[in-house]
Amino acid sequence: MGMTMTQKILAAHAGLDSVEAGQLIEAKLDVVMANDITGPMALPILAQMTDTVFDKDKVVFVPDHFTPNKDIKSAENSKAIREFAKAQGLTNYFEQGKSGVEHAILPESGIVVAGQCIIGADSHTCTYGALGAFSTGVGTTDIAAGMATGEAWFKVPSAIKFVLTGKLGPYVSGKDVIIHIIGRIGVDGALYKSMEFVGDGIASLTMDDRFTMANMAIEAGAKNGIFAVDDQTITYMKEHATKEYAVYEADADAEYDEIIEVDLSKVRPTVAFPHLPGNAKTIDEVEAMEPIKIDQVVIGSCTNGRMTDLRRAAAVLKGRTVHPDVRVMVVPATQKIYKQCIAEGLVDIFIDAGCAFNTPSCGPCMGGHMGVMAAGEKCVSTTNRNFVGRMGHVDSLIYLASPEVAAASAIAGYIANPEKVGDR
Amino acid sequence: MKALGRVFKYGDNVDTDVIIPARYLNSFDAQELASHAMVDIDPEFASKVQPGDLIVANKNFGCGSSREHAPLCLKTAGVSCIIAETFARIFYRNAINIGLPIIECPEAAKNIEAGDEVEVDFDSGKIYNKTKGTEFQGQAFPEFMQKIIKAEGLVNYINNK
Repeated sequence: MGMTMTQKILAAHAGLDSVEAGQLIEAKLDVVMANDITGPMALPILAQMTDTVFDKDKVVFVPDHFTPNKDIKSAENSKAIREFAKAQGLTNYFEQGKSGVEHAILPESGIVVAGQCIIGADSHTCTYGALGAFSTGVGTTDIAAGMATGEAWFKVPSAIKFVLTGKLGPYVSGKDVIIHIIGRIGVDGALYKSMEFVGDGIASLTMDDRFTMANMAIEAGAKNGIFAVDDQTITYMKEHATKEYAVYEADADAEYDEIIEVDLSKVRPTVAFPHLPGNAKTIDEVEAMEPIKIDQVVIGSCTNGRMTDLRRAAAVLKGRTVHPDVRVMVVPATQKIYKQCIAEGLVDIFIDAGCAFNTPSCGPCMGGHMGVMAAGEKCVSTTNRNFVGRMGHVDSLIYLASPEVAAASAIAGYIANPEKVGDR
Repeated sequence: MKALGRVFKYGDNVDTDVIIPARYLNSFDAQELASHAMVDIDPEFASKVQPGDLIVANKNFGCGSSREHAPLCLKTAGVSCIIAETFARIFYRNAINIGLPIIECPEAAKNIEAGDEVEVDFDSGKIYNKTKGTEFQGQAFPEFMQKIIKAEGLVNYINNK
Protein backbone atom coordinates (compact mmCIF):
# COMPACT_ATOMS: atom_id res chain seq x y z
CA MET A 1 0.00 0.00 0.00
CA GLY A 2 1.27 3.48 -0.87
CA MET A 3 2.28 6.09 1.66
CA THR A 4 1.48 9.79 2.09
CA MET A 5 4.25 12.42 2.27
CA THR A 6 4.04 12.39 6.05
CA GLN A 7 4.14 8.60 6.28
CA LYS A 8 7.25 8.47 4.06
CA ILE A 9 9.11 10.96 6.24
CA LEU A 10 8.09 9.09 9.41
CA ALA A 11 9.12 5.72 7.94
CA ALA A 12 12.53 7.10 6.98
CA HIS A 13 13.06 8.47 10.49
CA ALA A 14 11.92 5.25 12.16
CA GLY A 15 14.31 3.17 10.04
CA LEU A 16 11.40 1.33 8.42
CA ASP A 17 10.66 0.60 4.76
CA SER A 18 7.04 1.45 5.24
CA VAL A 19 4.51 2.48 7.88
CA GLU A 20 0.74 2.59 7.92
CA ALA A 21 -1.85 4.77 9.61
CA GLY A 22 -2.35 3.86 13.26
CA GLN A 23 1.08 2.24 13.68
CA LEU A 24 3.07 3.36 16.72
CA ILE A 25 6.68 4.20 15.92
CA GLU A 26 9.73 5.77 17.51
CA ALA A 27 11.32 8.27 15.15
CA LYS A 28 14.67 10.06 15.10
CA LEU A 29 14.42 13.84 15.38
CA ASP A 30 16.28 16.45 13.30
CA VAL A 31 15.20 19.48 15.33
CA VAL A 32 13.86 19.76 18.91
CA MET A 33 12.71 23.27 19.80
CA ALA A 34 11.30 25.02 22.88
CA ASN A 35 10.48 28.61 23.84
CA ASP A 36 10.51 30.71 27.01
CA ILE A 37 7.23 29.22 28.31
CA THR A 38 7.79 25.54 27.56
CA GLY A 39 11.63 25.49 27.75
CA PRO A 40 12.13 26.43 31.41
CA MET A 41 9.49 23.89 32.45
CA ALA A 42 11.34 21.20 30.45
CA LEU A 43 14.70 21.70 32.18
CA PRO A 44 13.90 19.97 35.51
CA ILE A 45 12.21 17.13 33.56
CA LEU A 46 15.26 16.80 31.30
CA ALA A 47 17.51 16.67 34.37
CA GLN A 48 15.68 13.53 35.51
CA MET A 49 16.92 11.79 32.34
CA THR A 50 20.31 13.25 31.43
CA ASP A 51 22.90 15.99 32.05
CA THR A 52 23.49 16.70 28.37
CA VAL A 53 21.24 17.11 25.34
CA PHE A 54 21.50 14.48 22.60
CA ASP A 55 22.92 16.91 20.03
CA LYS A 56 23.86 20.54 20.62
CA ASP A 57 23.22 21.38 16.96
CA LYS A 58 19.67 20.00 16.98
CA VAL A 59 18.28 21.39 20.23
CA VAL A 60 17.00 24.94 19.72
CA PHE A 61 15.71 27.55 22.17
CA VAL A 62 13.80 30.65 21.08
CA PRO A 63 12.66 33.04 23.83
CA ASP A 64 9.78 34.81 22.10
CA HIS A 65 6.49 34.57 24.03
CA PHE A 66 6.95 36.86 27.03
CA THR A 67 10.03 38.60 25.60
CA PRO A 68 11.20 41.31 25.92
CA ASN A 69 10.65 39.96 29.44
CA LYS A 70 7.29 41.23 30.63
CA ASP A 71 7.82 40.70 34.35
CA ILE A 72 10.23 39.25 36.89
CA LYS A 73 8.98 35.66 36.61
CA SER A 74 9.33 35.78 32.82
CA ALA A 75 12.83 37.21 33.19
CA GLU A 76 13.74 34.31 35.50
CA ASN A 77 12.38 31.84 32.93
CA SER A 78 14.35 33.44 30.09
CA LYS A 79 17.44 33.43 32.29
CA ALA A 80 17.05 29.71 32.96
CA ILE A 81 17.06 28.75 29.26
CA ARG A 82 19.79 31.30 28.42
CA GLU A 83 22.10 29.81 31.04
CA PHE A 84 21.21 26.27 30.02
CA ALA A 85 21.90 27.02 26.34
CA LYS A 86 25.26 28.50 27.28
CA ALA A 87 26.23 25.63 29.57
CA GLN A 88 25.30 23.05 26.92
CA GLY A 89 27.02 25.03 24.15
CA LEU A 90 23.89 25.01 21.98
CA THR A 91 24.47 26.25 18.45
CA ASN A 92 21.02 27.79 18.15
CA TYR A 93 19.87 29.98 21.00
CA PHE A 94 18.16 33.13 19.74
CA GLU A 95 18.63 36.11 22.04
CA GLN A 96 16.66 39.34 21.78
CA GLY A 97 18.11 41.49 19.02
CA LYS A 98 19.08 38.47 16.95
CA SER A 99 15.81 36.67 17.26
CA GLY A 100 12.16 36.67 16.36
CA VAL A 101 9.05 34.56 16.57
CA GLU A 102 10.15 30.90 16.62
CA HIS A 103 8.18 29.74 13.61
CA ALA A 104 9.54 32.58 11.48
CA ILE A 105 13.15 32.45 12.69
CA LEU A 106 13.70 28.70 12.22
CA PRO A 107 12.93 28.64 8.47
CA GLU A 108 14.67 32.01 7.95
CA SER A 109 17.83 30.72 9.67
CA GLY A 110 17.89 27.53 7.63
CA ILE A 111 17.43 25.29 10.68
CA VAL A 112 14.40 23.54 9.21
CA VAL A 113 14.30 22.08 5.68
CA ALA A 114 12.30 19.59 3.62
CA GLY A 115 12.22 15.96 4.68
CA GLN A 116 13.06 16.54 8.33
CA CYS A 117 11.25 15.20 11.38
CA ILE A 118 10.78 18.08 13.83
CA ILE A 119 9.11 18.54 17.20
CA GLY A 120 8.60 21.82 19.00
CA ALA A 121 7.05 22.57 22.36
CA ASP A 122 4.60 24.95 20.75
CA SER A 123 1.45 23.92 18.95
CA HIS A 124 2.25 26.01 15.84
CA THR A 125 5.39 23.98 15.14
CA CYS A 126 3.33 22.55 12.28
CA THR A 127 4.36 25.73 10.35
CA TYR A 128 7.49 24.04 8.92
CA GLY A 129 5.32 21.70 6.90
CA ALA A 130 5.29 24.56 4.38
CA LEU A 131 8.82 23.41 3.49
CA GLY A 132 7.84 19.76 3.07
CA ALA A 133 8.98 18.65 6.52
CA PHE A 134 7.09 16.57 9.10
CA SER A 135 6.74 18.97 11.97
CA THR A 136 4.44 18.86 14.96
CA GLY A 137 3.80 20.46 18.32
CA VAL A 138 4.25 18.58 21.57
CA GLY A 139 4.24 19.37 25.28
CA THR A 140 6.97 19.82 27.81
CA THR A 141 7.62 16.20 28.79
CA ASP A 142 7.82 15.15 25.14
CA ILE A 143 10.24 17.96 24.35
CA ALA A 144 12.42 17.09 27.36
CA ALA A 145 12.46 13.44 26.24
CA GLY A 146 13.32 14.56 22.69
CA MET A 147 16.19 16.70 23.97
CA ALA A 148 17.50 13.77 26.02
CA THR A 149 17.14 10.97 23.47
CA GLY A 150 16.74 12.56 20.01
CA GLU A 151 13.64 10.45 19.52
CA ALA A 152 9.89 10.72 19.93
CA TRP A 153 6.98 8.29 19.71
CA PHE A 154 4.26 8.90 17.15
CA LYS A 155 1.06 7.28 16.06
CA VAL A 156 1.36 7.35 12.26
CA PRO A 157 -1.44 9.64 11.06
CA SER A 158 -3.88 9.06 8.25
CA ALA A 159 -4.36 12.06 5.99
CA ILE A 160 -6.73 14.38 4.22
CA LYS A 161 -5.54 15.48 0.78
CA PHE A 162 -6.31 19.06 -0.20
CA VAL A 163 -6.04 19.52 -3.95
CA LEU A 164 -5.58 23.20 -4.65
CA THR A 165 -6.47 24.50 -8.12
CA GLY A 166 -6.71 27.93 -9.71
CA LYS A 167 -5.15 31.14 -8.52
CA LEU A 168 -5.98 33.56 -5.70
CA GLY A 169 -7.64 36.84 -6.57
CA PRO A 170 -6.28 40.22 -5.46
CA TYR A 171 -6.64 40.91 -1.72
CA VAL A 172 -6.88 37.18 -1.01
CA SER A 173 -3.98 35.30 0.60
CA GLY A 174 -3.05 32.09 2.40
CA LYS A 175 -4.85 33.26 5.56
CA ASP A 176 -8.17 33.43 3.75
CA VAL A 177 -7.60 29.97 2.26
CA ILE A 178 -6.84 28.32 5.59
CA ILE A 179 -9.76 30.01 7.42
CA HIS A 180 -11.97 28.93 4.52
CA ILE A 181 -10.71 25.33 4.85
CA ILE A 182 -11.13 25.22 8.65
CA GLY A 183 -14.61 26.68 8.15
CA ARG A 184 -15.40 23.79 5.82
CA ILE A 185 -13.98 20.91 7.87
CA GLY A 186 -14.33 22.31 11.41
CA VAL A 187 -11.87 22.82 14.26
CA ASP A 188 -11.61 19.06 14.74
CA GLY A 189 -12.03 18.22 11.04
CA ALA A 190 -8.48 16.88 10.76
CA LEU A 191 -8.13 15.56 14.33
CA TYR A 192 -5.03 13.31 14.68
CA LYS A 193 -4.51 13.53 10.87
CA SER A 194 -2.14 15.09 8.35
CA MET A 195 -3.35 17.83 6.07
CA GLU A 196 -1.46 17.36 2.81
CA PHE A 197 -1.59 20.25 0.34
CA VAL A 198 -0.98 19.40 -3.32
CA GLY A 199 -2.17 20.48 -6.78
CA ASP A 200 -1.44 23.03 -9.49
CA GLY A 201 -2.75 25.85 -7.33
CA ILE A 202 0.24 25.61 -4.98
CA ALA A 203 2.50 27.27 -7.55
CA SER A 204 0.59 30.54 -7.17
CA LEU A 205 1.02 30.57 -3.39
CA THR A 206 4.07 32.38 -2.02
CA MET A 207 6.19 30.61 0.60
CA ASP A 208 4.72 33.06 3.11
CA ASP A 209 1.19 31.99 2.11
CA ARG A 210 2.23 28.38 2.68
CA PHE A 211 3.76 29.13 6.10
CA THR A 212 0.46 30.79 7.09
CA MET A 213 -1.58 27.79 5.96
CA ALA A 214 0.63 25.10 7.49
CA ASN A 215 0.75 27.19 10.70
CA MET A 216 -3.00 26.88 11.19
CA ALA A 217 -3.27 23.14 10.48
CA ILE A 218 -3.44 22.69 14.27
CA GLU A 219 -6.57 24.85 14.32
CA ALA A 220 -8.30 22.03 12.43
CA GLY A 221 -6.94 19.57 15.01
CA ALA A 222 -4.29 18.22 12.61
CA LYS A 223 -1.10 16.52 13.68
CA ASN A 224 0.71 18.28 10.85
CA GLY A 225 0.17 20.23 7.67
CA ILE A 226 2.52 19.62 4.77
CA PHE A 227 3.02 21.05 1.28
CA ALA A 228 4.43 19.24 -1.72
CA VAL A 229 7.90 20.61 -2.48
CA ASP A 230 8.23 22.64 -5.70
CA ASP A 231 10.71 25.04 -7.32
CA GLN A 232 9.71 27.84 -4.96
CA THR A 233 10.43 25.67 -1.91
CA ILE A 234 13.84 24.73 -3.29
CA THR A 235 14.66 28.36 -4.12
CA TYR A 236 13.67 29.34 -0.56
CA MET A 237 15.85 26.64 1.00
CA LYS A 238 18.84 27.50 -1.22
CA GLU A 239 18.51 31.11 -0.15
CA HIS A 240 18.21 30.39 3.57
CA ALA A 241 19.77 27.02 4.37
CA THR A 242 22.95 25.08 3.82
CA LYS A 243 21.56 21.83 5.27
CA GLU A 244 20.84 18.80 3.11
CA TYR A 245 17.17 18.42 2.39
CA ALA A 246 15.12 15.50 1.12
CA VAL A 247 12.02 15.69 -1.05
CA TYR A 248 9.25 13.17 -0.37
CA GLU A 249 6.29 12.79 -2.67
CA ALA A 250 3.16 10.84 -1.81
CA ASP A 251 2.79 7.52 -3.65
CA ALA A 252 0.22 7.47 -6.45
CA ASP A 253 -1.70 4.84 -4.48
CA ALA A 254 -1.41 6.52 -1.10
CA GLU A 255 -4.60 6.20 0.91
CA TYR A 256 -6.44 9.28 2.09
CA ASP A 257 -9.41 9.48 4.44
CA GLU A 258 -10.79 12.24 2.28
CA ILE A 259 -9.85 14.31 -0.76
CA ILE A 260 -11.02 17.91 -0.70
CA GLU A 261 -10.71 20.24 -3.67
CA VAL A 262 -10.21 23.94 -3.14
CA ASP A 263 -10.54 26.30 -6.10
CA LEU A 264 -8.33 29.19 -5.03
CA SER A 265 -9.98 31.56 -7.51
CA LYS A 266 -13.25 31.22 -5.58
CA VAL A 267 -11.83 31.94 -2.10
CA ARG A 268 -12.95 35.32 -0.77
CA PRO A 269 -11.35 37.42 1.97
CA THR A 270 -12.51 35.42 4.99
CA VAL A 271 -12.81 36.27 8.68
CA ALA A 272 -13.03 33.84 11.62
CA PHE A 273 -15.54 35.16 14.17
CA PRO A 274 -15.31 34.58 17.94
CA HIS A 275 -14.63 32.11 19.46
CA LEU A 276 -13.36 29.48 17.01
CA PRO A 277 -10.99 29.63 14.02
CA GLY A 278 -13.57 27.57 12.12
CA ASN A 279 -16.30 30.17 12.57
CA ALA A 280 -15.63 31.48 9.05
CA LYS A 281 -17.54 34.20 7.25
CA THR A 282 -16.66 35.71 3.89
CA ILE A 283 -16.15 39.46 3.70
CA ASP A 284 -19.35 39.60 1.66
CA GLU A 285 -21.27 38.05 4.56
CA VAL A 286 -19.60 40.48 6.94
CA GLU A 287 -20.56 43.44 4.74
CA ALA A 288 -24.19 42.31 4.82
CA MET A 289 -24.21 42.68 8.63
CA GLU A 290 -24.30 45.76 10.83
CA PRO A 291 -20.73 47.16 10.91
CA ILE A 292 -18.65 45.50 13.63
CA LYS A 293 -16.77 48.35 15.32
CA ILE A 294 -13.29 47.50 16.58
CA ASP A 295 -10.85 48.84 19.16
CA GLN A 296 -7.61 47.14 18.19
CA VAL A 297 -5.78 45.61 15.23
CA VAL A 298 -2.77 43.31 15.45
CA ILE A 299 -0.73 42.60 12.32
CA GLY A 300 2.02 40.06 12.95
CA SER A 301 2.68 36.68 14.67
CA CYS A 302 3.93 33.28 13.50
CA THR A 303 0.89 33.22 11.23
CA ASN A 304 1.18 36.57 9.44
CA GLY A 305 4.28 38.50 10.51
CA ARG A 306 6.41 37.77 7.45
CA MET A 307 7.60 40.11 4.70
CA THR A 308 4.80 39.39 2.22
CA ASP A 309 2.22 39.90 4.98
CA LEU A 310 3.62 43.27 6.00
CA ARG A 311 3.95 44.41 2.37
CA ARG A 312 0.28 43.56 1.79
CA ALA A 313 -0.83 45.43 4.93
CA ALA A 314 1.35 48.42 4.03
CA ALA A 315 -0.08 48.56 0.50
CA VAL A 316 -3.54 49.06 2.01
CA LEU A 317 -2.37 51.57 4.65
CA LYS A 318 -0.14 53.66 2.37
CA GLY A 319 -1.21 57.31 2.38
CA ARG A 320 -4.13 56.58 4.72
CA THR A 321 -4.65 56.95 8.45
CA VAL A 322 -5.86 54.63 11.15
CA HIS A 323 -9.37 55.36 12.49
CA PRO A 324 -9.20 57.53 15.64
CA ASP A 325 -10.95 54.88 17.78
CA VAL A 326 -8.52 52.11 16.79
CA ARG A 327 -5.00 51.28 17.98
CA VAL A 328 -2.81 49.19 15.69
CA MET A 329 0.16 47.03 16.59
CA VAL A 330 2.37 45.94 13.70
CA VAL A 331 4.82 43.25 14.82
CA PRO A 332 7.42 42.02 12.32
CA ALA A 333 8.21 38.37 13.08
CA THR A 334 12.02 38.63 12.96
CA GLN A 335 14.82 41.19 13.09
CA LYS A 336 15.58 40.53 9.42
CA ILE A 337 11.97 41.31 8.49
CA TYR A 338 12.10 44.39 10.74
CA LYS A 339 15.17 45.65 8.87
CA GLN A 340 13.66 44.87 5.50
CA CYS A 341 10.57 46.88 6.48
CA ILE A 342 12.87 49.85 7.14
CA ALA A 343 14.70 49.35 3.84
CA GLU A 344 11.47 49.20 1.85
CA GLY A 345 9.93 52.21 3.58
CA LEU A 346 7.15 50.16 5.17
CA VAL A 347 7.92 51.43 8.66
CA ASP A 348 7.29 54.99 7.45
CA ILE A 349 3.97 53.91 5.95
CA PHE A 350 2.87 52.20 9.17
CA ILE A 351 3.98 55.00 11.48
CA ASP A 352 2.61 57.76 9.23
CA ALA A 353 -0.73 55.91 9.23
CA GLY A 354 -0.70 55.90 13.05
CA CYS A 355 0.37 52.32 13.82
CA ALA A 356 2.75 51.23 16.56
CA PHE A 357 5.69 49.30 15.07
CA ASN A 358 6.88 46.85 17.72
CA THR A 359 9.84 44.57 18.31
CA PRO A 360 9.41 40.90 17.31
CA SER A 361 7.41 38.99 19.96
CA CYS A 362 4.46 36.61 20.32
CA GLY A 363 3.16 39.00 23.02
CA PRO A 364 -0.32 40.13 21.92
CA CYS A 365 -1.38 36.86 20.22
CA MET A 366 -1.88 35.00 23.51
CA GLY A 367 -2.65 37.93 25.76
CA GLY A 368 0.90 37.96 27.05
CA HIS A 369 1.85 41.61 26.73
CA MET A 370 2.23 44.44 24.18
CA GLY A 371 -1.46 44.55 23.26
CA VAL A 372 -3.65 42.89 25.92
CA MET A 373 -7.38 43.70 25.65
CA ALA A 374 -9.87 45.05 28.20
CA ALA A 375 -13.43 43.83 28.79
CA GLY A 376 -15.77 44.40 25.87
CA GLU A 377 -13.02 45.29 23.39
CA LYS A 378 -12.90 43.88 19.87
CA CYS A 379 -9.78 43.12 17.84
CA VAL A 380 -9.12 42.20 14.24
CA SER A 381 -5.99 40.11 14.42
CA THR A 382 -3.81 38.32 11.87
CA THR A 383 -2.96 35.74 14.53
CA ASN A 384 -4.28 32.17 14.72
CA ARG A 385 -6.67 31.79 17.67
CA ASN A 386 -9.81 33.61 18.73
CA PHE A 387 -10.65 31.54 21.81
CA VAL A 388 -12.40 33.07 24.83
CA GLY A 389 -9.92 35.33 26.63
CA ARG A 390 -7.05 34.47 24.29
CA MET A 391 -5.84 38.07 23.90
CA GLY A 392 -6.82 39.39 27.29
CA HIS A 393 -10.07 39.86 29.22
CA VAL A 394 -12.49 36.95 29.08
CA ASP A 395 -15.11 39.35 27.64
CA SER A 396 -12.94 40.62 24.76
CA LEU A 397 -13.57 39.44 21.19
CA ILE A 398 -11.13 38.41 18.45
CA TYR A 399 -11.79 38.32 14.70
CA LEU A 400 -9.07 36.47 12.78
CA ALA A 401 -8.26 37.85 9.35
CA SER A 402 -5.60 38.44 6.71
CA PRO A 403 -3.15 41.36 6.86
CA GLU A 404 -5.17 43.18 4.18
CA VAL A 405 -8.51 42.79 5.95
CA ALA A 406 -6.79 43.87 9.18
CA ALA A 407 -5.32 46.96 7.52
CA ALA A 408 -8.61 47.88 5.84
CA SER A 409 -10.41 47.48 9.18
CA ALA A 410 -7.82 49.66 10.94
CA ILE A 411 -8.66 52.49 8.53
CA ALA A 412 -12.43 52.01 8.60
CA GLY A 413 -12.81 51.42 12.35
CA TYR A 414 -14.95 48.36 11.65
CA ILE A 415 -14.30 45.02 9.91
CA ALA A 416 -13.84 46.12 6.33
CA ASN A 417 -13.32 44.81 2.83
CA PRO A 418 -9.81 45.58 1.53
CA GLU A 419 -11.13 45.55 -2.04
CA LYS A 420 -12.90 48.79 -1.25
CA VAL A 421 -10.05 50.56 0.52
CA GLY A 422 -6.71 49.79 -1.02
CA ASP A 423 -5.04 50.50 -4.34
CA ARG A 424 -2.64 47.94 -5.70
CA MET B 1 -6.50 1.36 39.44
CA LYS B 2 -9.78 3.22 39.76
CA ALA B 3 -11.14 6.75 39.76
CA LEU B 4 -14.22 7.72 41.74
CA GLY B 5 -15.72 11.17 42.08
CA ARG B 6 -18.21 13.81 41.08
CA VAL B 7 -18.38 15.14 37.55
CA PHE B 8 -17.71 18.60 36.18
CA LYS B 9 -19.32 18.67 32.73
CA TYR B 10 -18.29 20.83 29.76
CA GLY B 11 -19.16 21.06 26.07
CA ASP B 12 -17.22 20.98 22.78
CA ASN B 13 -13.78 22.45 22.06
CA VAL B 14 -12.68 23.30 25.62
CA ASP B 15 -9.36 24.94 24.72
CA THR B 16 -6.16 25.23 26.73
CA ASP B 17 -6.55 29.02 26.88
CA VAL B 18 -9.62 28.62 29.11
CA ILE B 19 -8.12 25.68 31.03
CA ILE B 20 -5.13 27.81 32.01
CA PRO B 21 -4.90 31.29 30.41
CA ALA B 22 -1.52 32.54 29.18
CA ARG B 23 -1.49 35.28 31.82
CA TYR B 24 -0.58 32.57 34.37
CA LEU B 25 2.10 30.89 32.24
CA ASN B 26 4.98 32.89 33.66
CA SER B 27 4.97 30.17 36.33
CA PHE B 28 5.12 26.40 36.04
CA ASP B 29 4.54 25.80 39.74
CA ALA B 30 1.87 23.09 39.74
CA GLN B 31 0.02 24.32 42.85
CA GLU B 32 -0.13 27.88 41.60
CA LEU B 33 -1.37 26.74 38.19
CA ALA B 34 -4.00 24.53 39.85
CA SER B 35 -5.39 27.54 41.71
CA HIS B 36 -6.32 29.06 38.31
CA ALA B 37 -7.55 25.87 36.61
CA MET B 38 -10.53 26.44 34.26
CA VAL B 39 -10.81 30.07 35.40
CA ASP B 40 -11.98 31.47 32.04
CA ILE B 41 -14.72 28.87 31.52
CA ASP B 42 -15.72 28.02 35.11
CA PRO B 43 -14.37 30.51 37.69
CA GLU B 44 -15.64 28.38 40.59
CA PHE B 45 -13.93 25.17 39.45
CA ALA B 46 -10.70 25.60 41.41
CA SER B 47 -12.50 26.25 44.69
CA LYS B 48 -15.10 23.49 44.23
CA VAL B 49 -13.07 20.57 42.82
CA GLN B 50 -12.36 17.73 45.27
CA PRO B 51 -9.61 15.13 44.96
CA GLY B 52 -10.92 12.31 42.76
CA ASP B 53 -13.43 14.41 40.80
CA LEU B 54 -13.75 13.84 37.07
CA ILE B 55 -14.15 16.06 34.04
CA VAL B 56 -16.51 14.92 31.30
CA ALA B 57 -16.67 16.86 28.03
CA ASN B 58 -17.78 16.51 24.45
CA LYS B 59 -15.62 16.87 21.33
CA ASN B 60 -12.01 18.03 20.97
CA PHE B 61 -11.19 18.60 24.66
CA GLY B 62 -7.88 20.44 25.17
CA CYS B 63 -7.59 21.99 21.72
CA GLY B 64 -5.19 24.84 21.09
CA SER B 65 -1.83 25.48 22.69
CA SER B 66 0.70 22.75 23.53
CA ARG B 67 1.02 24.04 27.11
CA GLU B 68 1.48 21.05 29.41
CA HIS B 69 0.43 23.45 32.15
CA ALA B 70 -3.15 22.53 31.12
CA PRO B 71 -3.24 18.81 32.06
CA LEU B 72 -0.81 19.53 34.90
CA CYS B 73 -3.10 22.11 36.54
CA LEU B 74 -6.09 19.75 36.27
CA LYS B 75 -4.18 16.80 37.70
CA THR B 76 -2.81 18.93 40.53
CA ALA B 77 -6.28 20.34 41.26
CA GLY B 78 -7.34 16.76 41.99
CA VAL B 79 -8.92 15.62 38.72
CA SER B 80 -8.61 11.82 38.62
CA CYS B 81 -9.76 11.22 35.05
CA ILE B 82 -11.08 13.05 31.99
CA ILE B 83 -13.69 11.43 29.77
CA ALA B 84 -14.51 13.02 26.41
CA GLU B 85 -15.92 12.16 23.00
CA THR B 86 -12.51 13.11 21.55
CA PHE B 87 -9.36 14.86 22.72
CA ALA B 88 -7.09 17.26 20.85
CA ARG B 89 -3.92 15.37 20.06
CA ILE B 90 -1.30 17.40 21.94
CA PHE B 91 -3.41 17.43 25.12
CA TYR B 92 -3.86 13.67 24.75
CA ARG B 93 -0.08 13.10 24.58
CA ASN B 94 0.61 15.51 27.41
CA ALA B 95 -1.92 13.87 29.70
CA ILE B 96 -0.44 10.41 29.10
CA ASN B 97 3.09 11.73 29.53
CA ILE B 98 2.32 13.19 32.96
CA GLY B 99 0.16 10.25 34.07
CA LEU B 100 -3.31 11.87 33.97
CA PRO B 101 -5.76 9.16 32.84
CA ILE B 102 -8.00 10.20 29.94
CA ILE B 103 -10.55 8.09 28.12
CA GLU B 104 -12.39 8.59 24.84
CA CYS B 105 -15.99 7.39 25.10
CA PRO B 106 -18.68 9.27 23.13
CA GLU B 107 -21.57 7.36 24.76
CA ALA B 108 -20.40 8.12 28.30
CA ALA B 109 -19.71 11.75 27.37
CA LYS B 110 -23.30 12.10 26.17
CA ASN B 111 -24.93 10.31 29.12
CA ILE B 112 -23.02 11.70 32.08
CA GLU B 113 -24.23 14.98 33.55
CA ALA B 114 -22.72 17.54 35.91
CA GLY B 115 -22.75 16.32 39.49
CA ASP B 116 -23.12 12.62 38.63
CA GLU B 117 -20.97 10.24 40.65
CA VAL B 118 -18.82 8.21 38.27
CA GLU B 119 -16.37 5.34 38.71
CA VAL B 120 -13.75 4.40 36.12
CA ASP B 121 -11.73 1.19 36.07
CA PHE B 122 -8.58 1.92 34.09
CA ASP B 123 -7.63 -1.73 33.64
CA SER B 124 -10.90 -2.71 31.99
CA GLY B 125 -11.82 0.72 30.56
CA LYS B 126 -15.28 0.40 32.17
CA ILE B 127 -17.05 3.61 33.11
CA TYR B 128 -19.88 3.31 35.67
CA ASN B 129 -22.30 6.19 36.27
CA LYS B 130 -23.41 5.41 39.85
CA THR B 131 -26.00 8.21 39.87
CA LYS B 132 -27.81 6.95 36.78
CA GLY B 133 -26.88 3.27 37.04
CA THR B 134 -25.48 3.18 33.51
CA GLU B 135 -22.27 1.54 32.31
CA PHE B 136 -20.03 2.22 29.31
CA GLN B 137 -16.96 0.67 27.75
CA GLY B 138 -14.22 3.25 27.13
CA GLN B 139 -11.55 2.80 24.51
CA ALA B 140 -8.56 0.86 25.83
CA PHE B 141 -5.07 2.34 25.44
CA PRO B 142 -2.76 0.73 22.86
CA GLU B 143 -0.11 -1.50 24.47
CA PHE B 144 2.67 1.01 23.84
CA MET B 145 0.82 3.75 25.72
CA GLN B 146 -0.09 1.35 28.52
CA LYS B 147 3.64 0.85 29.07
CA ILE B 148 4.08 4.61 29.49
CA ILE B 149 1.09 4.77 31.83
CA LYS B 150 2.32 1.78 33.88
CA ALA B 151 5.73 3.46 34.20
CA GLU B 152 3.80 6.48 35.56
CA GLY B 153 4.87 8.72 32.72
CA LEU B 154 7.31 9.10 29.84
CA VAL B 155 10.31 10.07 31.96
CA ASN B 156 10.25 6.80 33.93
CA TYR B 157 9.55 4.84 30.76
CA ILE B 158 12.69 6.26 29.15
CA ASN B 159 14.79 5.84 32.28
CA ASN B 160 13.69 2.20 32.58
CA LYS B 161 14.53 1.36 28.97
